[in-house]
Amino acid sequence: MTADGPKTGAGVGKSSRRRPVLLEVTDLVKHFRVKGLFGREVDRVRAVDGVSFEVRQGETLGLVGESGSGKSTLCRAVLQLIEPSAGSVRFEGREIAGLSRREMRPLRREMQMVFQNPQASLNPRKRVGQIVGYPLKLQAAASGPELRRRVQELLERVGLSPEHYDRFPHEFSGGQQQRVGIARALALRPKLIIADEPVSALDVSIRAQIVNLLDDLQEELGLTYLFVAHDIGVVRHVADRIAVMREGKIVEQGSADEICERPKDAYTKKLLAAVPIPDPRESRLRRQAGSVGAG
Amino acid sequence: MSGGALLSVRDLRVGFATEDGPLQAVDGVSFDLAPGEVLAIVGESGSGKSVTAQTVVGLTRSPGARIEGSARLGETELIGASDSELRLVRGERIGMVFQDPMTSLNPVYRVGAQIVEAIRAHRPRIGKGEAHRQAVELLDSVGIPDPGRRIDAYPHELSGGMRQRAMIAMALALDPEVLIADEPTTALDVTVQAQILALIERLNRARGLATILITHDFGVVAEAADRVLVMYAGRVVEEGTLDEIFYDPQHPYTWGLLGSLTRIDRPRPRRLPQIGGSPPSLLDLPQGCSFRPRCPHAFDRCAELPALDARVPETAEHRDRCWLDPETKREQRQVEGEIGLEAPA
Repeated sequence: MTADGPKTGAGVGKSSRRRPVLLEVTDLVKHFRVKGLFGREVDRVRAVDGVSFEVRQGETLGLVGESGSGKSTLCRAVLQLIEPSAGSVRFEGREIAGLSRREMRPLRREMQMVFQNPQASLNPRKRVGQIVGYPLKLQAAASGPELRRRVQELLERVGLSPEHYDRFPHEFSGGQQQRVGIARALALRPKLIIADEPVSALDVSIRAQIVNLLDDLQEELGLTYLFVAHDIGVVRHVADRIAVMREGKIVEQGSADEICERPKDAYTKKLLAAVPIPDPRESRLRRQAGSVGAG
Repeated sequence: MSGGALLSVRDLRVGFATEDGPLQAVDGVSFDLAPGEVLAIVGESGSGKSVTAQTVVGLTRSPGARIEGSARLGETELIGASDSELRLVRGERIGMVFQDPMTSLNPVYRVGAQIVEAIRAHRPRIGKGEAHRQAVELLDSVGIPDPGRRIDAYPHELSGGMRQRAMIAMALALDPEVLIADEPTTALDVTVQAQILALIERLNRARGLATILITHDFGVVAEAADRVLVMYAGRVVEEGTLDEIFYDPQHPYTWGLLGSLTRIDRPRPRRLPQIGGSPPSLLDLPQGCSFRPRCPHAFDRCAELPALDARVPETAEHRDRCWLDPETKREQRQVEGEIGLEAPA
């Protein structure tokens, strides 16, 4: 089984090693203290326990892990939404771990997030135009008719229509709500987008649309993605490289095809063997081979 | 139809009065379930898959609900049965497992106590000691290690997978004939999901348990089902055996979904084939075929709703609601990405 070359771009090979590194994470640690009676530390949850990876410009790094693997904590620590316990996060070569909120503020334009549950991440009382325009307003990037024009442009870019500006989130389907979430993330023309389970809460007939939209936007805007998901099938489709996370550590990373076709780590193998294959003959063979449901 | 059916549902219709007007959540669903069979009902949110199953066991009854049709479990008609009759059927004859075990298990009671209570509520002659012994045996049969100790655990002390096993143990406590599993693995990690599916399959074989497996995931269907109903906007759009649905899908919705899946066993396509648009609102269904606005093959005839008929020669049990003739579909599917072709060796 071989994949047909680089995923996008006419044979450019966007995973090219020559591209500059946009995000470099080294030995990142985030421990949570578990306090007992009298506030004494009795235990420590090592949510992120010495993680290193880099993401090059225009590339997608897929981060796969099961629940509790620490992938969401890792995203938050990378964005400095929570303070890392130790380690380094470099964005365009600049250390951002430990920066104050004020120092982080100009950098927030450059890194945006897309969330799992669009319904929960959109304010139900605000109109879509306000939601998508809010980052622009907050960063004083646009106002007045200019703001409206830019928001409408963004709505069109994610496959909505400019008339959706005055609607409320509940008037939209789940897929459209996720499009709104993506438009908001794009508003400040970020370089890096961290997408945390962006399709897992969507209806199955909508997932391919959103995956393709993210793909198109990457190509048009030269975006860099950190794509986090538990579904290795989706991750393999979007990612150039994959890092597999377990119990706060990255157990294996490599090109998407390497990881999926020639996994080295025992946990990666187990994860791949457990993914149900939508092909009855294939799954009968696998069941006979006894690789599923064991252990 | 088949005389050997354990559960026979005919023309089931469920309507709800909502603030925004009446809607038809289930619109004429029929199926038979044989002993030992796993029937998968596949669909997205709003397809009516869960409402269908819940209505069979009387869980959708409410002043705003209009329920018509028939669901016979052996000699018992469930639609129109009294609430007390249905209470007996639930648990005794039909066990149920839901997506999130935390919402079905009472968090302040030990797991074992809940199973013991379920047994004794239905079988008052069984003593406490005997019920406890049965509960341990049940936990053991669903693969919970060290069941003698785990029986005293509270639900929050168990992992997600163990909780779902406990839930299954409870559903099986009264040795039901039918198990309804509504997205039983959706909240679980894939490694745990594989174990739970293997467990359901094992129980199915060992006990001859007939199972309705409700899911949105074709991967889960392929692993576990014998027969498949595909639902869309309240109606069955296609039904058939597992192989018919996967290798010769007849409804463009079915093959569109199968084509849009990300598969780790195939080379990845440059672009994922996608179905456009969104599922319709049940409050505002298109006339005729509900999939028509999203269907790339729709033509004028689709404004009229096709019956659920056998359209492929020599496959009487493979039925679909699509006016296109099977030959045209076969050609279209190939163009759209080899859906339904032989899997590579």
